[in-house]
Amino acid sequence: MSQILFIDNLSFKYHEKTVLKDISFSTDPGEFVSIIGPNGCGKTTLIKIISKINKPDKGNIYINGENIQTLSNKQLARHIAVVMQSSEPVSMSVEEYVLLGRLPFFKKYQFFENARDIALAHNYMALTGILKLAHAPINKISGGERQLAAIARALTQEPLLLILDEPTSHLDITHQIQILELISSLKKELSLSVLIVLHDLNLAAEYSDRLVLLNGKNGKIYKTGTCDQVLSEKSIQEVYNARVLIRKNPLSKKPCVFLINQNALDKKENPVL
Amino acid sequence: MKPNRIKRWSVILIILIALVTLVSLLALCTGSADILLKDIPHILFYGKGTSDYSILLDIRLPRIILGLSIGGALSLAGVLLQGMFKNPLVEPYTLGISGGASLGVCINIVFNFYGKIGIIAYPLSGFSGASLVIFLVYYLNNNTKDIKSNRMLLTGVMISYVASSLVMLLMAVSKTDDLQNIVLWIMGSLDEPNTILIKMALFGSLAGLAGSYFFCFDLNALLLGEDEAANLGVNTTRTKKFLFIIASFLTGLSVSVAGIIMFAGLIVPHFMRMIAGPDHRILLISSFLAGAAFLVLCDVIARVIISPLELPVGVITGIIGGVIFIWVLSRKQVTL
Repeated sequence: MSQILFIDNLSFKYHEKTVLKDISFSTDPGEFVSIIGPNGCGKTTLIKIISKINKPDKGNIYINGENIQTLSNKQLARHIAVVMQSSEPVSMSVEEYVLLGRLPFFKKYQFFENARDIALAHNYMALTGILKLAHAPINKISGGERQLAAIARALTQEPLLLILDEPTSHLDITHQIQILELISSLKKELSLSVLIVLHDLNLAAEYSDRLVLLNGKNGKIYKTGTCDQVLSEKSIQEVYNARVLIRKNPLSKKPCVFLINQNALDKKENPVL
Repeated sequence: MKPNRIKRWSVILIILIALVTLVSLLALCTGSADILLKDIPHILFYGKGTSDYSILLDIRLPRIILGLSIGGALSLAGVLLQGMFKNPLVEPYTLGISGGASLGVCINIVFNFYGKIGIIAYPLSGFSGASLVIFLVYYLNNNTKDIKSNRMLLTGVMISYVASSLVMLLMAVSKTDDLQNIVLWIMGSLDEPNTILIKMALFGSLAGLAGSYFFCFDLNALLLGEDEAANLGVNTTRTKKFLFIIASFLTGLSVSVAGIIMFAGLIVPHFMRMIAGPDHRILLISSFLAGAAFLVLCDVIARVIISPLELPVGVITGIIGGVIFIWVLSRKQVTL
């Protein structure tokens, strides 16, 4: 099986309310898959189910061919690394924080990180450009740097699948692009499978190989495929209840979503509407 | 970078061990009988049978050992609870665990369990009371998403009140003998004549320290929050269960032997976190040692401040700890 992640007919209810229903999709090595959808459609829940924090009511999840329910948390953490949306403030150094990524690999009576652990941590700190901050306290660096540190920590786990939950929220466009460029280059270099929750449809269109559009109304997948297949004015209208225009980005030829301010426009002057 | 850290940790450990030794020596030559430090080796080697010898070995030394054990146990319990709840104001006393343990011990005195199953009834009843409260506090707050909230602290304080009211109820209906027992014990003192209990405190607290080291990496991961810890491969449910058991074991043991000693588990971990850093590999042992030194020092103060009378040691830790609690609370950024 060449698929890294395979989600098979997954359903999840929270307090009797259906959050996710009949979700099936898979990711390949070196593939960048984005999950998009309106607020509260279960994107973060889906991530928590994949990382075994929540248990699905129905369906199975396989990582590298193994059902995650048969793996211990520690075994799972050697396959999947997760960068969560908000991390709590802690007063440790960036280096100590990144080294936590080696915890799943500690042997039973191992007390110190070995040379390889430290080399890996330094390698990924260098790759994400935060090696110079190694001794800075993690709660004193900027939001963008903290996100880079979280990615470095996740990479130090040497995962097959890297999951990120809105890694670009709260960041300015410089850092948004920096982080997505980094992830794109990493997936090629490390042939990493990347599953990412993104709010910004244009960023998702620019960087993803494939999109999974969740429909909050029934918890099902509305559509999955390349960005040209998924992002259409009709699908956005149906899933988000929002009217948008979609044009091609002149440089990348990817679809680009334009928002419409309904009040400010004169319908006569704008025949497209 | 790694040798650097080992060097730093070794320095911290050496300083703390020196501190423990120093404080113990100070405690050894403090008391109503004037024994000078320079005379101690002579008394120990040649003075067998003299009164000075028995004061040192039968009165002062057991008290020091008890102080070291209880101080270490309480501050270790504090570190474990603070790490688990991610709240720097959490400790056995503020969470009501000490209160629960004291209620357990009072029930033991009133219903004379110790007469039936022996001296082990004290730590056993303390442990039962402590674990009952810790599970109560956790499950009353488990359904709220924000476990960090001070709601948990409030629940703990309230449980503390309920427990101490129940203790008073027991005192009101108990016989005179029992009443005296309860009052003496509640005062919180390191003056414990029973050597079995002292041995239990010593080996129990060391066992707690050893046991907590199985979870030092899990505690490090928990610093990032429960979900992040789970992502790093920690079985959070199991880890928390074991840490609860260790923390209530340490608290129940301390309370049943030495009564309620307030805030000892709050101050020491707080300062050790500032000095040694958040890594539990060094934090656990250094808090244990510093807590041990702190309580013996407080006991020395309690013995000399109104000598020849002596104060319960809980009074000293209560005053120092209470002031520091307020100071920590009033600081704007409280992070672990």
